[in-house]
Amino acid sequence: MSENTKLHPISIYLKIWLLLFVLSTLSYMVDYWGFQGYLRWTLILLFMFLKAGFIIAIFMHMTWERLALAYAILAPPLVLLVLISLMAIEADYIFAARKLFFGA
Amino acid sequence: MAEQALSNENMVAEGFSGIAQDWSDEKQAFQVPWGKAMMWIFLLSDTFIFSCFLTGYMHVRMNTTIAWPNPSEVFALTVFGAHIPLILIAIMTFILISSSGTMAMAVNFGYRKNRKVTAALIAATALFGLSFVGMQAFEWSKLIEEGVRPWGNPMGAAQFGSAFFMITGFHGMHVSIGVIYLSIIAFKVYRGDYDKKDNYEAVEIAGLYWHFVDLVWVFIFAFFYLW
Repeated sequence: MSENTKLHPISIYLKIWLLLFVLSTLSYMVDYWGFQGYLRWTLILLFMFLKAGFIIAIFMHMTWERLALAYAILAPPLVLLVLISLMAIEADYIFAARKLFFGA
Repeated sequence: MAEQALSNENMVAEGFSGIAQDWSDEKQAFQVPWGKAMMWIFLLSDTFIFSCFLTGYMHVRMNTTIAWPNPSEVFALTVFGAHIPLILIAIMTFILISSSGTMAMAVNFGYRKNRKVTAALIAATALFGLSFVGMQAFEWSKLIEEGVRPWGNPMGAAQFGSAFFMITGFHGMHVSIGVIYLSIIAFKVYRGDYDKKDNYEAVEIAGLYWHFVDLVWVFIFAFFYLW
């Protein structure tokens, strides 16, 4: 039992909770105000990673876990970046091929 | 632990107990209760499942030459005469975040050995989850009524339906299972099971699962609804 996960003050959870509400509202506003292009994507990804980070670090207590556990859980998903890149390149290729052969 | 390993040193087990012995003897990697380590490893595998769905969705959305239905419009609702884009999804997001907050508080009160407040907070989390599933059922019925099917829809690219039903369906299943899981834990907390054991780990482990369900929704919200 890791000693440090036990008795954090309630206030830290309330602060993070409030912050998650603010971040969610902001990401909804990105759509509501109709931002487009790179600005939209930068904001969506920024708010997404901030929310995900706070949930994992504070709500799921990852900040207070030992590194052996943190790395074992957080490092493997990084290989997904390879899958995502490959699929993006392939989707571009299929899109181009469809344009070329079906002229849609 | 060390003493036990020493006394067992000369007993080399064969077969399946041999595997268990080889992988466990004095080789503990994670300094956490085993239940917590196992939940984290399960969540890691679940991360890969959801990532595969989202990557597959990205792939079909990028390679279709037919326009993708605009989620902002598809999920808009007219409330009291006002047309608000994506409002149902925004409410669902806030419900899930609220439930994550009550769950985080439940874990904290659990470690303070406050039996009644912990049980109440877990029950509140389960109720938030239940209302989330209810709203998702409403969303699904609305889209099915409008003619959205896994193989096509009247608004645009046919792949929209399959990606939508697959991703939100799988997430909704996780929420539903979570509601059942939390109800059981809330009942056990209320009955005093964890006071008897003097150990509220089970609440934190259930909390990990629930926060993960919220975490997945953060990504679905960004990639499916805001794209």
